[in-house]
Amino acid sequence: MKIDHTQPLEYSTDQNQLNILGFWIFLGAEIMLFATLFTSYFIFEGRTGSGPTPAEIFEITPVLIETFVLLTSSFTIGLGVHAMRLGRKNAMLTFFGVTLLLGLVFLGVEIYEFMHYYHVGATYQTSGFTAGLLTLLGTHGAHVTLGLFWGLFIILQVKKRGLTPENANKSFIFSLYWHFLDVVWIFIFSFVYLKGMM
Amino acid sequence: MKIKWALLVSLTSLAAILAGCEPLLVLDPKGPQAARQAGDISLLIVLMAFIVIAVLTILVIVLFKYRASKMPDDYEPPHIEGNIWVEVICIGIPIIIVAFLSFVSVKSNYIVESAPTGYEEEPLVIYASSSDWKWHFSYPEQNIETVNYLYIPTDRPLEFKLYSYGPITSFWIPQLGGQKYAMADMVTTLHLAADEPGEMLGRNANFSGKGFAENRFNVTAMSQKDFDEWVEEVHETADPLTEEEFNRLLEPGHLGQMTFTGTHLDFSPAPEHDHGSDADEHEEHSTHDETNEESDHSGH
Amino acid sequence: MEFFERFAVPHASPMIYASMVAIALVSIGIVVGITYFKKWGYLWREWFTTVDHKKIGIMYLISALLMLFRGGADAILMRAQLSAPEMKLLDAQHYNEIFTTHGVVMIIFMAMPFIFAFMNLIVPLQIGARDVAFPRLNALSFWLFFAGAMLFNISFVVGGSPDAGWTSYFPLAGNDFSTSVGTNYYMIAIQISGIGSLMTGINMITTILKMRAPGMTLMKMPMFTWSAFIANVIIVFAFPVLTIALLMGTTDRLFGTNFFTTTNGGMDMLWANFFWVWGHPEVYILILPAFGIYSEVISTFSSRNLYGYKSMVGSMVLISLLSFLVWTHHFFTMGQGALTNSIFSITTMAIAVPTGVKIFNWLFTMYKGKIRFTVPMLYSLGFIPLFTVGGVTGVMLAMSAADYQFHNTMFLVAHFHNTIIPGVVFAMLAGLTYYWPKFFGFMLNEKIGKITFWLLTVGFVLAFFPMYITGLDGQARRMYTYSEATGFAPLNMLSFVGAALMAIGFVTIVYNIYYSFKNSPRDIGSDPWDARSLEWATHTPVPEYNFARVPQVASSEAFWDMKKKGHQLFKGEIKDIHMPNNSGVPFVMGIIFFIAGFSFIFAMWVPAVIALIGIFVCMALRSFEQDHGRHIHVKEIKEIEAQYGEVPGNENRSHTTTRV
Repeated sequence: MKIDHTQPLEYSTDQNQLNILGFWIFLGAEIMLFATLFTSYFIFEGRTGSGPTPAEIFEITPVLIETFVLLTSSFTIGLGVHAMRLGRKNAMLTFFGVTLLLGLVFLGVEIYEFMHYYHVGATYQTSGFTAGLLTLLGTHGAHVTLGLFWGLFIILQVKKRGLTPENANKSFIFSLYWHFLDVVWIFIFSFVYLKGMM
Repeated sequence: MKIKWALLVSLTSLAAILAGCEPLLVLDPKGPQAARQAGDISLLIVLMAFIVIAVLTILVIVLFKYRASKMPDDYEPPHIEGNIWVEVICIGIPIIIVAFLSFVSVKSNYIVESAPTGYEEEPLVIYASSSDWKWHFSYPEQNIETVNYLYIPTDRPLEFKLYSYGPITSFWIPQLGGQKYAMADMVTTLHLAADEPGEMLGRNANFSGKGFAENRFNVTAMSQKDFDEWVEEVHETADPLTEEEFNRLLEPGHLGQMTFTGTHLDFSPAPEHDHGSDADEHEEHSTHDETNEESDHSGH
Repeated sequence: MEFFERFAVPHASPMIYASMVAIALVSIGIVVGITYFKKWGYLWREWFTTVDHKKIGIMYLISALLMLFRGGADAILMRAQLSAPEMKLLDAQHYNEIFTTHGVVMIIFMAMPFIFAFMNLIVPLQIGARDVAFPRLNALSFWLFFAGAMLFNISFVVGGSPDAGWTSYFPLAGNDFSTSVGTNYYMIAIQISGIGSLMTGINMITTILKMRAPGMTLMKMPMFTWSAFIANVIIVFAFPVLTIALLMGTTDRLFGTNFFTTTNGGMDMLWANFFWVWGHPEVYILILPAFGIYSEVISTFSSRNLYGYKSMVGSMVLISLLSFLVWTHHFFTMGQGALTNSIFSITTMAIAVPTGVKIFNWLFTMYKGKIRFTVPMLYSLGFIPLFTVGGVTGVMLAMSAADYQFHNTMFLVAHFHNTIIPGVVFAMLAGLTYYWPKFFGFMLNEKIGKITFWLLTVGFVLAFFPMYITGLDGQARRMYTYSEATGFAPLNMLSFVGAALMAIGFVTIVYNIYYSFKNSPRDIGSDPWDARSLEWATHTPVPEYNFARVPQVASSEAFWDMKKKGHQLFKGEIKDIHMPNNSGVPFVMGIIFFIAGFSFIFAMWVPAVIALIGIFVCMALRSFEQDHGRHIHVKEIKEIEAQYGEVPGNENRSHTTTRV
């Protein structure tokens, strides 16, 4: 495989460049996916039927924790990629590990949040609003869950095989994915929770 | 190639002959809205036929002039990138046609979406609701209800309020005007009017399951005087519509024509409010209970 | 419903039982046959595990042809049922299932794989690439499509087919009104193949953007590649909407959510909106590559460059943008009011402008040309007037006030078949005939091909033009029967005759393949049609690595430049070629997806969860796998090249003239 040393490691082979472009296009599709979910949520927001309204079920504390944790994780994975560019494998692994831990905390709080909704009578079947809300949050949460496994696999591979162009490429793409999930969460935070609690 | 065009021409004329015995329903309007639509459609047919003939003519000429069998063996076709003026014309003509049609389209939209003008009387409001696979017509003003047939007065605007007790259906009387959907969680309005007495065909045009093909109703337009007499007669002879009776009618299946005094709007109002909004939440709940009950019945 | 009752077909008729027996016998026959001839190893090595874009393309092609006959059988049954009033061939339920599966099969499982077949076969060759950007993903796309197609096709013998129309409008498609598992099949089979389509979209865009031969700028790409590029951009933006709509429909049916119900805040109209936000771009996903094929064919057989290249590209870009802004025209009659209808009426009619530009460009491409009436050209020539009819009736439907009368009638049915059959199907058959020699090494018989063309054209006109008239006479679509008094009978009989002619036409295609396989000469050279673009610059059939040396391109007609202007296409020495390894994982994932889909359809949660875990295990394995591909060495390449004889482009080789 030809390695071009003038490029950053994650861009250094032809296949790596293809992978990164392909992933950007995939993120384009993901934007459409979440745009559709947001559209349907906005449509269902007021259609609560006999179930509770947004203001009745949203709790600020878990949402703030989730937001803080996920935003921080986006920062740490940025540091991780920076460390990777500098070739500092251990620093990179640490930052990736911290990222995943924060992601795990996020997921835990989100599960708590879902249980809370269940207890206050906002289940998946309750109304158009709850179905729209839980599908939007659930799709994001499923992405995070998948990301946790993916990130774990990458850590294991970097640990075992070192900072090869292939691993650098995977790590970089994973960081794109993670940042994307963070951006989606910012929209969820602003347009679902803040809007709903006001 | 010639064979094909000969075929095309003979087929179209054949089709015209076959269909020519009677005018096509849509092009045989009996009311102002349908007349507007029939006018638009005729205009479109002429204009579009002109475009098709133009394209065909160019194609035939090009094929005839530049076919390989006519060309000398050593003929090398030239390299032509494109010509800005040719392209301007190719874009310009369609734009003019589309602009003209857009103008017609917008105008017609506003006409068919509003009550027909030129009538002295106020519109007659009729609630037309569908259930699997029937139509229920409620005349709140006259306080009567019919199933699967519709009597309407001529020379008076008609305002149909459409909704459904099941899948989306589409209320369509081709000779009075185009269709509109009837849905379960909102009421749509269709403005029609009949100009001459007579019998017409009406149907649900939107696929709604097993009994869809037979989901028809008869429409009879008559003078206001005859209509008033019919209303009086109904009040004298027909039974009142009870809630149980109505729920029985909603069960899936086919029914003949039926007539009642009173309407189902009293105990099962049309879903005219904005469904699910916070403002009328309370009212909402009560309707839901009813709808649930109804669907329980119809489920058996 | 009792658990096991779900598996029974709800309205079994002798026809269905016969199909069950036939399916069982054919399946057993295939398995026994393959075992008897000891072909399992060959199939596994050469096809199931392949990541070669040409082989994947051929598998798409075969699947598309099979599905064409499956959907065609539905079509002929429908026309037979309507050929006379009060016909008793099918009952209402059966008819409803058949028109539903006809629509889904033809759009999702026939037209889509057909265009994917040509994208796979042609795009890498046209841009001078060795393969697509992600060969393994490409194989996965195919197997997902195939899993979805098979899942959908077993529906009519296991549990019943979907019966709510290919549009599956809720609440009709909800649990209350569609009680069998049929609509679950619809939701899940389309979902699985839709994921495959999305991945193809990503794959093709990356390929076209990054893997073009040196010198090939975007504006020097052949027109088919351009059309494929734009179609794939539409795929990437349109399919996620379908993914979400199907997900919501699935949860409504399986978990009792209230997305599209009519109670508790559900909104049935939202399904129609989402469906058509995907559905309208979808028809452009189909038609744009078809336009690309016509551009190639018309240019080749007029022996002229494509007229107005820039405006061709521009019009496709414009069409792709407009395609996302017109969805409401599928339900002008939903009561949005005059303003909304006016806006969408205008955007819809606007599409006629770029489409018109394309029609004129094709006409001007033939101007001063040297037109050869080959079979691919005949399809293209039939396409121009017939598609114009389809296009102008589209403008008629776009007039929203008039659409109140056209909507839901046979007029609409006539219109969209009038665009899809001469537009997409003719293009696919033109492409099939045109590219057949490139991949199979022999030409299809021209004489039989011409008979096919005339049968299809005459059949098409007979079958669909009468529907314009019956539509205006008030015949609604999707009615399984009508009475004598309506007067629809003669024209519907005519339609049936047309459909029968088309059926014969499609059978002659199969006969043609068989006949040509036996009788056609194999020494056709690499350029039997005297073509113009890069895909003809390599050997016939194409070697695994496509091009021994990467071509150098200077215009959109690199091969023509080489033949006529002395352009040197291949320079330098042959080097080692890096190729991807085969993999069985995509095939296995296809099977697991099939099992997962089947389990979801019947709400069998344990196997569903196990299968989902299986999918993630496959993904995890892929993550850990180290597969750097393999190299074909110079010596080996030289041996292969020697087998083909002369290497095209090295010298002014005597070029075979076309037999017309």
